[in-house]
Amino acid sequence: MLELINIHKTYEGQPLLRGISFSVAAGETVCLLGASGSGKSTLLRIVAGLEEAESGRVLWDGQDLSGVAAHRRNFGLMFQDYALFPHLSVAENAAFGLKIQNLAAGEINKRVAAVLELVNMQGFERRRVTELSGGEQQRVALARALAPRPRLLMFDEPLGALDRALRDRLLGELRGILHRTRVPAIYVTHDQEEAFTIADRIILLHEGGIVQSGAPEEVYARPASAWVARFLGLGNIVKGRRERGEGGRGVVETEFGVWEVADLTEAGDGSSAALLVRPGAVKAGEGGNRVRGRVADVVFEKDRFKIVLEGGFYFYAPQALTVGEPVDLRVEAECLA
Amino acid sequence: MAFLGLFFFLPLIRILALSLDASAVTLDNLHLASRVLLFTFYQAFLSVLLTLVLGLPAAWLFARFDFPGKSLLRALTAVPFMLPTVVVAAGFNALLGPRGWLNQAAMGLFNLQGPPIEFIGTLGAILAAHVFYNTTIVIRIVGSALANLDPRLSAAARVLGADERRAFRRVTLPLLRPSVLAAALLVFLFDFTSFGVILLLGGPQFATLEVEIYVQALSLLDLPLAALLSAIQLACTLAFSALYTRLTRLQTATSPRPQSPQRPAAPLQRLFVISFIVLLFIFYLLPLIALPLRSLTTSSGLALDFYRELFLNRRGSVFYVPPADALRNSLLYAGTTVLLSLSLGFPAAQALTRQTRLTRLLDPLLMLPLGASAVMLGLGFILAFNRLLSQPWLVPIAHTTIALPFVVRTLQPALASIPVRLRQAAASLGASPLRAWLTVDWPIIWRAALAAATFAFTVSMGEFGATALLTRPEYPTIPVAIYRFLSQPGGLNYGQAMAMATILMTVTTLAILLIERLRLPGGEF
Repeated sequence: MLELINIHKTYEGQPLLRGISFSVAAGETVCLLGASGSGKSTLLRIVAGLEEAESGRVLWDGQDLSGVAAHRRNFGLMFQDYALFPHLSVAENAAFGLKIQNLAAGEINKRVAAVLELVNMQGFERRRVTELSGGEQQRVALARALAPRPRLLMFDEPLGALDRALRDRLLGELRGILHRTRVPAIYVTHDQEEAFTIADRIILLHEGGIVQSGAPEEVYARPASAWVARFLGLGNIVKGRRERGEGGRGVVETEFGVWEVADLTEAGDGSSAALLVRPGAVKAGEGGNRVRGRVADVVFEKDRFKIVLEGGFYFYAPQALTVGEPVDLRVEAECLA
Repeated sequence: MAFLGLFFFLPLIRILALSLDASAVTLDNLHLASRVLLFTFYQAFLSVLLTLVLGLPAAWLFARFDFPGKSLLRALTAVPFMLPTVVVAAGFNALLGPRGWLNQAAMGLFNLQGPPIEFIGTLGAILAAHVFYNTTIVIRIVGSALANLDPRLSAAARVLGADERRAFRRVTLPLLRPSVLAAALLVFLFDFTSFGVILLLGGPQFATLEVEIYVQALSLLDLPLAALLSAIQLACTLAFSALYTRLTRLQTATSPRPQSPQRPAAPLQRLFVISFIVLLFIFYLLPLIALPLRSLTTSSGLALDFYRELFLNRRGSVFYVPPADALRNSLLYAGTTVLLSLSLGFPAAQALTRQTRLTRLLDPLLMLPLGASAVMLGLGFILAFNRLLSQPWLVPIAHTTIALPFVVRTLQPALASIPVRLRQAAASLGASPLRAWLTVDWPIIWRAALAAATFAFTVSMGEFGATALLTRPEYPTIPVAIYRFLSQPGGLNYGQAMAMATILMTVTTLAILLIERLRLPGGEF
């Protein structure tokens, strides 16, 4: 349905987006995940028609949207901090897009009531939006974006300003609404947990380019680079040097020990390597790759303890260890690069 | 408080008492009053309309666009607001008056006998001066509302299907409406009580309430009628002030991420920006430049003749004393006003920083003199201190009453901004109370005190309305002298008026610059 081809954009002389291409299928929720300043919001504004790309094309069902103004695209966009109209009531905010379409009053009332019910805001119709809490404002913004029945919904960090518990609840509701309405959606966030929860497909942005895209479980299982693994917080990123490789197996020398890994890259001896060691891949037991070190810090985390070794390597243990105690454990390492 | 009670409320009460007197409320008087009231509304309404016509695009220009010389232009539009009315009137006179630049040039060019442009003495002159004065209010109030408007609101409207025009009409305009109304009301309030501009540029045939009070009190000596007019005017201004306070309280919806001004890009934008910059520069610069130039231009070329003339006491002139004495009088009055208003303003500001029920009651009372007009105050003094009128020191007292709200409003934020904990921190570090005061309080206070003093000085130097009623003929002040020069025929009188107005303008402009540099953020009115 939506297709972006090679979008380029500079901001104040610096390249912000360098050749972004991806597509969104019918009913699919695509999540753009990246650090703040990675150009995610700008990409949304380009799709919405509020900004123009310097090169590249935005297509809808194969039709180029370059000459189509924002107000003719029929794309919904939910802004960060919502941008509700402060001079209008809840119902008037939700009705805004419908009034622009010059629908009959009866039809407008019916649809406003329906979207407010969808977002659990019935009974708030006459309230001023400035009196609402953050979560309520978020719901009104969603209702306002949904009411004109857009072909595509876009969310720009929609939960960014809310506290954790409220975020989790709203995220669940949002997921339900997206599944029920079957509207294709682009969801922009810097929070990987949000992305994993809501996305059918995750697109990771870094330095203006796409570094990885795929279903959440794929991205989680096979991070494409050390940056991805670190950004997603998958585990320890251990740097090392390749010693010798034979038949796809490699040996990497790290500061914690010399480890044997399945090396899928074809880099030669002496080249640097980045390994991922997930906290769950550190176990007691004999044989295999060994991590040896001294305990530098022990942090209580509810049902487990986070053990940090000198050098920053961490893993989880059911019982606390003492600081300074030597450890010698079995690890599984994955080669990232 | 006792000072205000004696020198503000007592005169006010005397006015109100007299206005209810049987001799004031007659059919003839009411007839005159309604005619004058109607014209006051009429000219104020027209002035506001024209001010908005110039001010709204200017506010847009300053809020949305960046261009070289922006801060200079902004300062230029703000200068007239603080200039004494006599200076502005003299400036327009120097440009468009019968002996002004344009008429002189036209007469020279086309060999005309009389001045072709009739400007002074028309409603147009009054309106032009009012626009000149008050456009900065619209620029400030509407401009800041525009700059704080969240640009995503109109983006949201466009995504929801509204084109640029509808997004503006349905979102931007409703959000700006309170600020436009507030600005219009404030401008209306100033135009409604305008005195110097109307007297000097309009002439006697244009009587607003304020001018009519002056004429009735001074020339016709009909004090009851003057009091009646004052009471009507006071009722109107109080009503407008109340409305304005309500409006400003309504203002909401500023954004966390205001739109930053941009260089004009589209050709239409560029045309708008350039033509408006040029327009504003011409409108604001010409009267301000025409004045000093005219004061230096004699029949024999550029010379200081008019300035030299100020120090001579010619027989048959309008004065019994050399005009330079007016300079001395003004400085003396201004100095007294500074001393008086500071010694009264400090305790008042100090008291106001402590939030108690009493101060919350006193605060609006202290600000009341802002709402009462200068001529009214003069009239009140005449009524209340009848026997003391020969005393020249009544003038600085009247000036102090007018300046006091400004002084308090300047001092109060500074005093309130001194954190008690800083002084405690200094004490805990071993500083004696005096030492703590010197290191913590003094650096903050001296700036505010100097700014307040300059304010009082400027107010006193430029004050015309009350002074015109109170001053003795042998103790003229600069504005009074300028008025008398301008109302007399003859090139020499005209030239001396220009010279005096130039001196006053220079002094005031320097003072404004000083205040701007000293002003603490957040100390606006």
